[in-house]
Amino acid sequence: MGTLVVEQLFNGIQLGILLFLLAAGLTLIFGIMDLMNLAHGSLYMLGAYVSATVARWSGSFIVGLVVALPAILLLGVLLESTVLRRLYRRGHLDQVLATFGLILFFNELVRFVWGPAGVEVQLPAILNGTLRLWGANFPVYRLVVMGVGLAVAGFLYVLVVKTRIGMLIRAGASNREMVGALGVDIARVFALVFGLGAALAALAGALAGPIYAVSIGMGENILIQTFVVIVIGGIGSIRGAFVGALTIGVIDIMGRSFLKDIFALILPPAAAETAAPAVASMLIYILMVVVLSFRPQGLFPARTG
Amino acid sequence: MRLTARSFAVLVVLAILAVVPAISAWTEVPFWTDFARRMMILSIGALSLNLLMGYGGMISFGHAVYIGLGAYTVGICAFHGVTDGFVQLAIALVVSALVALVFGAISLRTRGVYFIMITLALAQMVFYLGVGLEKYGGDDGLPINRSSDFAGLINLKDSVPFYYLTFALLLLALLFVQRLVNSRFGMVIQGIRSNEARMQALGHPTLRYRLTAFVIAGMMAGLAGVLLANHTNFANPEMMHWTRSGDLIVMVLLGGMGTVAGPVIGTVVYLALEEFLAGFTEYWQLIIGPFLVLVVLFARGGLLGFLPDGRGPHGSKRDG
Repeated sequence: MGTLVVEQLFNGIQLGILLFLLAAGLTLIFGIMDLMNLAHGSLYMLGAYVSATVARWSGSFIVGLVVALPAILLLGVLLESTVLRRLYRRGHLDQVLATFGLILFFNELVRFVWGPAGVEVQLPAILNGTLRLWGANFPVYRLVVMGVGLAVAGFLYVLVVKTRIGMLIRAGASNREMVGALGVDIARVFALVFGLGAALAALAGALAGPIYAVSIGMGENILIQTFVVIVIGGIGSIRGAFVGALTIGVIDIMGRSFLKDIFALILPPAAAETAAPAVASMLIYILMVVVLSFRPQGLFPARTG
Repeated sequence: MRLTARSFAVLVVLAILAVVPAISAWTEVPFWTDFARRMMILSIGALSLNLLMGYGGMISFGHAVYIGLGAYTVGICAFHGVTDGFVQLAIALVVSALVALVFGAISLRTRGVYFIMITLALAQMVFYLGVGLEKYGGDDGLPINRSSDFAGLINLKDSVPFYYLTFALLLLALLFVQRLVNSRFGMVIQGIRSNEARMQALGHPTLRYRLTAFVIAGMMAGLAGVLLANHTNFANPEMMHWTRSGDLIVMVLLGGMGTVAGPVIGTVVYLALEEFLAGFTEYWQLIIGPFLVLVVLFARGGLLGFLPDGRGPHGSKRDG
């Protein structure tokens, strides 16, 4: 039991890291451009498909990653400059509708190109093993995912807190008109942030490929979880995204693994058997409701006013 | 009702809906009756969402949940042998009202994108609840073998009477919305959309008004769900999937948000377009996706927005 808890905790953190990669981009795009981008999940899906396909052709997972990231980054910049840019000054409703249209388009595009069945991703042998620590088994690949995620988190921290461009991003998040008035080409900052967010989503998708199924609609399920993350963390806050993502990842996995046992302590077995899976999948939403009832702006509100 | 281009368009659509079963019988294509009935049922759902979005400025991204609740009520009642339509309807309305009350109380505390995302997340929660209910079919959904029985007054298995029942309910819903938005309550709701602080200063308990609107809309959608369950003889989590909520938003916006009958036009056009494109290519969403983007970019008032209504431009893009 003890090692199972450790292993599932580990899986939860790994899911949290993946969620963070998506949430970081999404929260920046929300925070700075005030853009509700439902199509963020599509970029994640495309990242997974492109990297899986290239990996299959080339026989190298790394090559898949190296091709997918810039490809989706470019796609992101293209989307931003053709469609999304026109939506910044619109209401959220217009943004929801337009990006909903983009989701339909991309899902169908993937179905058209790759067919309705998912794509399987082969891992190189070196990443396929497990590592035995403290009596528990840790898949090497998941450790790599965690390492990459943490490296990205560190990179984002340095980028946002220590560099000039990060200063512009933070300034843009709190008052974009003022930043523009001070002579900064805010449109370029926006395009950059959007491209960065798209690349992070693609990275998350590419990394998720070998763990979860690469399939149509994979982007939407995780997108809604990502929404929960950034709502809990506070829109626009990278730190909030990180804390929120780890919390959601751990709670989701732990709930799915152990809720049945916990329920069995207080409920008759049959009732526990039925209730646990349903409640487990609702857990993160319940958490969100609890957090919001205490802090309507999330844990780390980035914007005032 | 002044006969403007706008109300004329609405009357034409309603007149066509009124004679669909006759056309269906004449052309011997029963599909048309079925299809138009589905349009009308979803129109009722879209009308209710428009109360929130168009008049209340509340962009709920989880409205399909209430349709699902209505459908599941019928399904679960029938599963346990309760087929009395009045009982089912009463339970459906109470359940959707209660859920709307709780969800509204949670989500209406927030604004803007938070509101959109929370309604979405709460809806997703109910969706997963449906998936998790193994006893009631789980992922696969719950077949409904016996239609709601309204004391033998109407047989819902009979396509045409069911059609006209739906048609009558749609007209009632339109009339209800028309009366509601022009009532004092409707004025307050619209006032809150424009400037909540001012309405508060005028002494209106704005949260209570918004919550009431939320509950009314939830109940209307619950009614649509009861009809939908009898229409498809099925209740499944798919009905509550977030893309269904997205579809409802599309229907409202396409027809013209904040116009009484806009959602009906939007629903009819959207479903017809879907059907037409699906007959044309398997990959119809490749076309409808960009179409939605173009609607947003270039047709801001929706289809009815193109037609003059004798007043100035209407509708606001404030949200949350």
